[in-house]
Amino acid sequence: MGCGTSIATETQGKSMETAMKAAVLIQRWYRRYIARLEMRRRYTWNIFQSIEYAGEQDQLQLSSFFSFMLDNFTQLNGNGPDLISQLLDPLVDPWLDRETCYNQIHVPESYTGPRLSFPLSVSDTSALLSAFKEQQTLHARYALQLLYETKKLLKQMPNIIHLSTSYIKDITICGDLHGRLDDLLLIFYKNGLPSADTPYVFNGDFVDRGKKSMEVVILLFAYLLLYPDSMHLNRGNHEDHIMNLRYGFTKEVMQKYKTHGHEMLKLFQDIFSLLPVATVIDGKILIVHGGISDQTDLDFLSSIERHKVKSALRFPRHSVGQLDIGQSCRQAKRTRSTDASRPSSSRSQSKNQGTPSLRSDSTPHTLQVPFLDSLSSVPAPSPAQHEREWKQIVDILWSDPKTQEGCSPNTFRGGGCYFGPDVTQRLLLRHGLQLLIRSHECKQEGYELCHGGQVITIFSASNYYEEGSNRGAYVKLGRELVPRFYQYQVSRSTRKLTLTQRVRAAEGSALRALKEKLFAHRCELMAGFLQCDRNNTGSVSVSEWAQVLESVLRLDLPWRTLRPHLTRLAPDGSVDYPSCFEDMGPGNPLPQVAPNLAETLFRYRTDIEIIFNIIDKDHSGLISAEEFRHTWRLFSAHLGVDINDRAIDDLARSIDFNKDGSIDFTEFLEAFRVVHKLDSKDQHLSGKMDGEKC
Amino acid sequence: MCTRRSERLSTRSTTRPTAPWTSGELVRRQAAQEIGTIIYSLGCFPSQKDLHDFIAKVEEDHTGYIHLDKFLPAMTKVLQEHKFPPISEDLLLQAFEALDKEKKDYLDPEELTKYMTQEGEPFTQEEMEEMLTALADHRNQIHYKDVVSQMTIKPDK
Repeated sequence: MGCGTSIATETQGKSMETAMKAAVLIQRWYRRYIARLEMRRRYTWNIFQSIEYAGEQDQLQLSSFFSFMLDNFTQLNGNGPDLISQLLDPLVDPWLDRETCYNQIHVPESYTGPRLSFPLSVSDTSALLSAFKEQQTLHARYALQLLYETKKLLKQMPNIIHLSTSYIKDITICGDLHGRLDDLLLIFYKNGLPSADTPYVFNGDFVDRGKKSMEVVILLFAYLLLYPDSMHLNRGNHEDHIMNLRYGFTKEVMQKYKTHGHEMLKLFQDIFSLLPVATVIDGKILIVHGGISDQTDLDFLSSIERHKVKSALRFPRHSVGQLDIGQSCRQAKRTRSTDASRPSSSRSQSKNQGTPSLRSDSTPHTLQVPFLDSLSSVPAPSPAQHEREWKQIVDILWSDPKTQEGCSPNTFRGGGCYFGPDVTQRLLLRHGLQLLIRSHECKQEGYELCHGGQVITIFSASNYYEEGSNRGAYVKLGRELVPRFYQYQVSRSTRKLTLTQRVRAAEGSALRALKEKLFAHRCELMAGFLQCDRNNTGSVSVSEWAQVLESVLRLDLPWRTLRPHLTRLAPDGSVDYPSCFEDMGPGNPLPQVAPNLAETLFRYRTDIEIIFNIIDKDHSGLISAEEFRHTWRLFSAHLGVDINDRAIDDLARSIDFNKDGSIDFTEFLEAFRVVHKLDSKDQHLSGKMDGEKC
Repeated sequence: MCTRRSERLSTRSTTRPTAPWTSGELVRRQAAQEIGTIIYSLGCFPSQKDLHDFIAKVEEDHTGYIHLDKFLPAMTKVLQEHKFPPISEDLLLQAFEALDKEKKDYLDPEELTKYMTQEGEPFTQEEMEEMLTALADHRNQIHYKDVVSQMTIKPDK
């Protein structure tokens, strides 16, 4: 009452107002801070994705290289490296049973892992779960039997599996796992183990990239054998033996199973090609790994022999023959060898395959076939049966949805198509479907809807690019067929990482990868810069810098935003472009090698590794010096790189360390790893917050 | 930045199963988020209300889409007029001090939470959790003086 009270109230009022103003200020500031982080997270994401897809594109270019090699070097009469015979090796029909010799494998007393008994029971799958949680490896004897049984089962399955929700409550659909055992275990924990009451569909890409691909597939196959009516696996683009050579599954198998790995890999090759390619629920929901194209025809897809498409990266053989221009005798030879190599299948449907027709059509249009750094024009073969089948499957496994209408080749990945909402609409209408569920692309939240809700992307490998980069998710469908999403994230540390720490870690990783890309294209980039900088001042404008990068690297990235991380500015605001390459240097002292040879080797490390892996049939890690020389000569000839024979010989000699004529190519390739000189400065996560750079 | 970005929709994060997706509202909310991110990255410090006003001006008839041809001139104007100027370190400190009623030089999580979630333009639970994780030290106290100097963003060159 009186003045005292009113002053107190006024002061109180004022202080409340101040508090409110203060709060607003802090909120504004903080939100802005988070938005900056979001920006960094976004471009980090872009970098990872671009590089990932560029890698896949390289992969497909590599396979075109193989095809051309086949055509041009068949004449070598055994003088060529074993690469040729490897690629020419007849596509063995998986219908022919390989020797089942796992019974003869001795399991020592000391083995404490699961001892499976077939047919499998719940105790077997439980034993597998516990064993894998304890980091144990399943003995080869049981692994092999598991794989044989899986193959037998898959042979009986149709190309497209039809499921119904009438007798079950909910179906759970999971996306890419990529060898992440933790994510699979987390899904089982949250959602329940597969059983008659808990049906699952796993939508491909079980292997590659992650370190536990073997464990993941063993579990998936075990549950498949145990509950064949409730467990369903779709093929993904990584269920492909050539992809496995590049992306880690082959290596993992050989490391975990030194003696029997080779046999397992052959089995995997068969199994992967025998996996069904699509699942349909209640005739309304289509589930495929990648997507669709405007050519996708589910009826045709049901009728083909899916196992004939071993790999997206081996073009249909006879069409390769047709690409061979102007050498008719070679063509004739090829026809004979192709025919002889194709074993007679016992399946009636193969009757219509017959001899590939080798009509010499004067084809109206040309095919642009990329190989490595260039494009070649070749008359397009007429679409023969095999090629149609190959394309149907590749489209299903490799396509991505996009917002624009229409259907165009997926040049980003190098295979499959980009399909627009109209393509989706048309397909769904044609087959009476209402929804397309697919995977194949990593999504921040583990899932994403597009095409007006008609397409769902589901991705189940959390932290795919880096710790904290994304969540994983799975989707459940009940009888009403309304999708419900469940997210999760595997966390390696017990302490919760802040957003800042996660962004920072991922960003660091992405930037390193990007810098390596720059380094790998150093010569080309410098040439580009010098074109803009005629007076050799050492600087170009920011626009020019961005343009050069984009045209050489062809990664659709926000270069201007990334500039501060990649290069310095000169005092006048222009880009000091030589500083792009300052941070990178060769790791181990290189064997005596000319700089451009080194750069080429560095850039094509992965491709070369794949080629060597193919030559190295017994996966010993060694090839002969002669094979090395031949391969390298062929490779560089196609690259158009001018490397003289002396340089190659010297190189071969210098890396044949024990002078026994064989080269450990893993060691050799290690030499071409680069290091980041600023590594030590960048790494510690000191404090929780991160001052802005620049 | 290309038009592709403003067209792309990404779903909001949730920790519980989401209801079937319906268009309209969700789309508009995301537009606000995306535009906010862009504006913040350009060095501006708008409030939520500022953002909503801005979006209302440039949005394409409540579809949730924002075209570059409308956005660019509006944004350029904002930058030229310094409409949403940055917050200086001093001002930020004063703000924290205003909330620190007991003048103890730090805030308890409860105090901060109360203000951030009840006053001004309240934080969502997610935003609050993230802020606390980031700012609180091992004693679970927010020593704002240290935090502010670490976090203040220098004006872009």
